[in-house]
Amino acid sequence: MNAGYDFEVIQRTLPYLFKEGMTFTVTLTLIAMTGGIFFGTILAMMRMGRFRLLSIVAGTYVNMMRAVPLVLVIFWFYFLMPYVGAWIIGAARPVAVGAFMSCVITFMLFEAAYYCEIMRAGIQSIPRGQVAAGQALGLNYWQTMGTVVLPQAFRNMTPVLLTQTIILFQDTSLVYVISVTDFLGAAAKIANRDYRLIEMYTFAALVYFVICFSMSYLVKLLQARMAIIR
Amino acid sequence: MSTTPAMIEIKNISKWYGSFQVLANCTTQVSKGEVVVVCGPSGSGKSTLIKTVNGLEPFQKGDIIVDGVSVAAKDTNLSKLRSRIGMVFQNFELFPHLSITENLTLGQIKVLGRPKEEAVERGLKLLDRVGLIEQKDKYPGQLSGGQQQRVAIARALSMDPIAMLFDEPTSALDPEMINEVLDVMVELAREGMTMMVVTHEMGFANKVAHRVIFMDKGEIVEDAVKADFFGKPRSERAVQFLSKILHH
Amino acid sequence: MKYDWQWSIYLQPAADGSGSWLQYLFGGLVWTMVTALAAWVLALSIGSVVGTLRTTPMPWIVRLGNAYVEVFRNVPLLVQMFLWFFVLPELLPKQLGDWIKQMPPPWGSYLPAVLCLGIYTSVRVAEQVKAGIQSLPHGQGMAGMAIGLTLPQTYRFVLLPMAFRIVMPPLTSEFLNIIKNSSVALTIGLLELTGRARAMQEFSFKVFEAFSAATVIYLVTNLVIVLLMRKLENKIRVPGFIASPAQITPGH
Repeated sequence: MNAGYDFEVIQRTLPYLFKEGMTFTVTLTLIAMTGGIFFGTILAMMRMGRFRLLSIVAGTYVNMMRAVPLVLVIFWFYFLMPYVGAWIIGAARPVAVGAFMSCVITFMLFEAAYYCEIMRAGIQSIPRGQVAAGQALGLNYWQTMGTVVLPQAFRNMTPVLLTQTIILFQDTSLVYVISVTDFLGAAAKIANRDYRLIEMYTFAALVYFVICFSMSYLVKLLQARMAIIR
Repeated sequence: MSTTPAMIEIKNISKWYGSFQVLANCTTQVSKGEVVVVCGPSGSGKSTLIKTVNGLEPFQKGDIIVDGVSVAAKDTNLSKLRSRIGMVFQNFELFPHLSITENLTLGQIKVLGRPKEEAVERGLKLLDRVGLIEQKDKYPGQLSGGQQQRVAIARALSMDPIAMLFDEPTSALDPEMINEVLDVMVELAREGMTMMVVTHEMGFANKVAHRVIFMDKGEIVEDAVKADFFGKPRSERAVQFLSKILHH
Repeated sequence: MKYDWQWSIYLQPAADGSGSWLQYLFGGLVWTMVTALAAWVLALSIGSVVGTLRTTPMPWIVRLGNAYVEVFRNVPLLVQMFLWFFVLPELLPKQLGDWIKQMPPPWGSYLPAVLCLGIYTSVRVAEQVKAGIQSLPHGQGMAGMAIGLTLPQTYRFVLLPMAFRIVMPPLTSEFLNIIKNSSVALTIGLLELTGRARAMQEFSFKVFEAFSAATVIYLVTNLVIVLLMRKLENKIRVPGFIASPAQITPGH
């Protein structure tokens, strides 16, 4: 195989890699981030709310999701979705849901557990004294949350939520295990078709590095701007 | 100026943090057996000054000579020099993961090379001297602030220092514990230890200090014998400062 | 909805003849743990060193440590796994490369998996150790130097003992993460727990039984380790020391 490297292959397949592969990766990341934060917020509110049953249910969900490998969860939803689909529409046999759909649901529900914990920690990191001060002024619970606690919590947790999204971006590469073509999948396909493993995998690593490194840097800048000086 | 040899000579020290000048041409000295109190408003540089004496804070200009050894010289073994100067910090800084006895023996064993039994014996003697022998197996987190600071003084003394530096030793203490620490320091002074103390406690200064240095904005504004400082301070800033802190 | 639950599948012989399916899956757990532990030793060793070096006052060493962290942090684990398995043997001198490629399974997959996981996790360990050291009061380092300890001595006797106690909880999380991340090695042929669950599913068609068992095994393992770590934390607890409040951290 050491008969010279062919980096031309990267140039030739660039459109395929990015139009098919990267588009999938980015789309999946954005949808999963949005859905994940949405469900994560609901989970966080359930955990911190006054109803013990909701708190326990949410807590169990979050702890289980965080104790199990993502690869396993991907498999679960990949095989489970057709049955759930059938159950929903009342069909007799499992419904073909499609790999993309199952990926979206997998990542949304998986990341929700992590986003939930970030938000919970963010809200709980606001000193109790702030709540007391708000109440001492005469604000009620919702006013205190809305004007004192949440604005501060949001500024604390935004950089962390964004960092989690960068991790999510990296994790989407695991759709490989169900043969879905994301950016890595596209690179792997070319690598195996043209027998150019070194060039393709190195290139893929480089692209991921550049994207993630720049994103992390931007988050760091954002964090410096948003920091609340105590 | 006294004619006894200078233990600590601070010669024209200047220090900058980036472009901000923290210390400006500070010159003074502490003779053997002398107790010098350094006071001044916050941000005056007094803590920084005292930390330059044992090289914990580097400085860009000037030099400090401690018992004939230059702090700024490149070939000075700073660790060795520091082992001969005792330092007591505002936040005590006992090592929380070590027992009280171990706190007292760590420096003796690792730096001075004393055998363990000797280190323990000396450490416990000093612990008894500060009145805390029953705490020898406890951990710092289990002691009160005043007790921790007294142990910190014992820790510094266990190295048999030629001089002791105190950086606001009572500022982090609750009022009822300040005296127990000051009592130890007064006794130390009366025994003839060379001491440089950054503090707000003017009662202490009045009792045992020989000289008082007043600093403001990184400069030594006043450097006088105790009687002169309290009796007729020469600078207006010193007068203002004294009036603010002597009315409690 | 039609699904034939057949719980007795666990007791039926596995396709590779090694025993029942249940035994086959537990074999997978063994491989998971063996991989995770080896990688953890690597991660702790490298990570502690890198993390500590990043707190020293020597700028070039800090920059080197930072570069190391950035490189291995910004590439997905799966991509790193492929690089170790497919690319590295090609880049080494021919004899070494061939020797690696000819290693019989499972070692051919085990070695790259351990190296990959170890280095990937060492980065996160380095971050935790660095954060732990920097969370100590600035005065601790000064107090150590004030009694005459040299810089290495100050790290050894004053800073690191406390830093490691502080970061034990996050390090426990990282160990649990390594166990989960070991599942990625199934892509290079390591038959750890998740890989075996998938194999069981492919051979027996009992999808849910296979993955349920794997899930339960992961959950129980997680619980056992959390309890063991809690015991360890209590043993090395410093009396009277209140841990710093939990930080918000992202991650898997």
